Amino acid sequence: MDTMRERFATTASRLLDEDPRLAVVLAVISSDRFKDAARAHPDRVIDVGIREQLLVGATGGLALAGMRPIAHTFASFLVERPFEQVKLDLDHQDVGAVLVSAGGSYDIAAGGRTHQAPGDVALLDTLDGWTVHVPGHPDEAEALLRHAAADGDHRVYVRLGEQSNRDPLHVPPGVFRTVRTGGAGVVLAVGPMLDATLEAVEGLDVSVLYASTVRPFDAHTLRAEVRRAGAADVVLVEPYLAGTSVPYAAEALADTPHRLLGLGTARRELRRYGTWAEHVTAHGLDPAGLRSRITAFLR
Amino acid sequence: MTSTPTSTTVKWPSPQATSPYSYDDLRRLMSLMTGDEKHGPAATSTLDVLWVLYDRVLRVSPETADAADRDRFLLSKGHGPMAYYAVLVAKGFLPEAWLSGFGGFDSPLGHHPDRTLVPGVEIGSGSLGHGLPLAVGTALGLRAQGLDAARTWVLVGDAEMDEGSNHEAIAFAGAVGLDGLRVVAVDNSSATYGWRGGLASRFTAEGWSALTVDGRDHAALYEAFTAPHPGRPHAVIARVEPKRA
Repeated sequence: MDTMRERFATTASRLLDEDPRLAVVLAVISSDRFKDAARAHPDRVIDVGIREQLLVGATGGLALAGMRPIAHTFASFLVERPFEQVKLDLDHQDVGAVLVSAGGSYDIAAGGRTHQAPGDVALLDTLDGWTVHVPGHPDEAEALLRHAAADGDHRVYVRLGEQSNRDPLHVPPGVFRTVRTGGAGVVLAVGPMLDATLEAVEGLDVSVLYASTVRPFDAHTLRAEVRRAGAADVVLVEPYLAGTSVPYAAEALADTPHRLLGLGTARRELRRYGTWAEHVTAHGLDPAGLRSRITAFLR
Repeated sequence: MTSTPTSTTVKWPSPQATSPYSYDDLRRLMSLMTGDEKHGPAATSTLDVLWVLYDRVLRVSPETADAADRDRFLLSKGHGPMAYYAVLVAKGFLPEAWLSGFGGFDSPLGHHPDRTLVPGVEIGSGSLGHGLPLAVGTALGLRAQGLDAARTWVLVGDAEMDEGSNHEAIAFAGAVGLDGLRVVAVDNSSATYGWRGGLASRFTAEGWSALTVDGRDHAALYEAFTAPHPGRPHAVIARVEPKRA
């Protein structure tokens, strides 16, 4: 199975053939995977070099000129470093774009903090109108990329990672899928957290919802599942900064007395290298780490 | 690009003969915003550049403000936009009556322009160093759609050139020969440490065509704005009175 990042390159290359309005903007990262597409579409595959302010600024300009730009690099250099460009060159100009990141919270574990962006979704949450897709499988990534490319002039963030669930679970954007039902609580697993979450709650009487799109946040399904389960104890399991979606869940449950636990990566910098799988465990996002915290919370 | 622009094809130069305003009205229009009949050099540093562009160079008018193949003018140096608003009124993009509300809660005219509020304004600006990268993308987007007649202009200030994002844009645009891109840099010697060797050298070093002219001389500005620069982006350094004389 190819990785989500590989799938992005093949999918975006094909989309460039299909839709003359699309352009892919790169800052060196992954540009070797777009060599053929660049030969076929020299005006629509643009590598600006290691210039991330220009990456996002030019993306805004392409949109102003009527194009549908897809910008890509590691999450830390796509959302964090040029955040003012995201805020002003996309949002403030009122133009659309698709930002596709790789690396996420800990994929480049051996690279250290400079290449890790666990706060990317939280940062985008300070802005208005962003759709955020967090696919849990390369097949989901392809479907969500295709949806994003054709999603009018919306601003869409697609967060790709190395971690993947065994099987794809296709969910329409904006909707949470009920994977299993229970009566003692509701656990929302985001993207690549699904397999670990299902393993963690084995034998526990809880519902599990799955989200591959976290913004917009499907408040309706969460509310309905809390009502159906008769238990307003809610756990969010996200592959980025812990608690990122807590305000959205709290708002969804504002009219119901409830308890919330937000699980994700720790705020404190983990000064360790190694592999992404070791970081998953260090952040307590492996099945054992999740199970102990979920059972302690549910009591 | 398979789709063709649906809107009116823009003529060049665009006929502005019907406007009741001339260059001589601009200072009065500015005074409607500032309440001040006299304006110092800082407030008017962009005035002549803007007038020559909108009067004689840009292929855009209120009627073609949404045409796909119009020329784009991006005001990157968004502060002190009174001269810009005055020129937009003079060219019929917005009514004179808007000017007196300048900066007010109910006015679309802020101390930095917002493209979603003001007809004819291509970008919202204010934070320095955003216009030139946006202009690079705009020029790339027009080229990718085969809209080769449309030029993308961006106005920056010499102090704004301190922002590193501009240098990302200059190096890239020069390297790829983005000849649909034109910069006019209004140089009122306000950059904190100046530009050793002159601002034009920053552009020419990256393969741009660059000319330095008197930013008050309309004939010289026009000549520099329309100088041919095949295969290269073009910069005009318009020198005006120092901000702190």
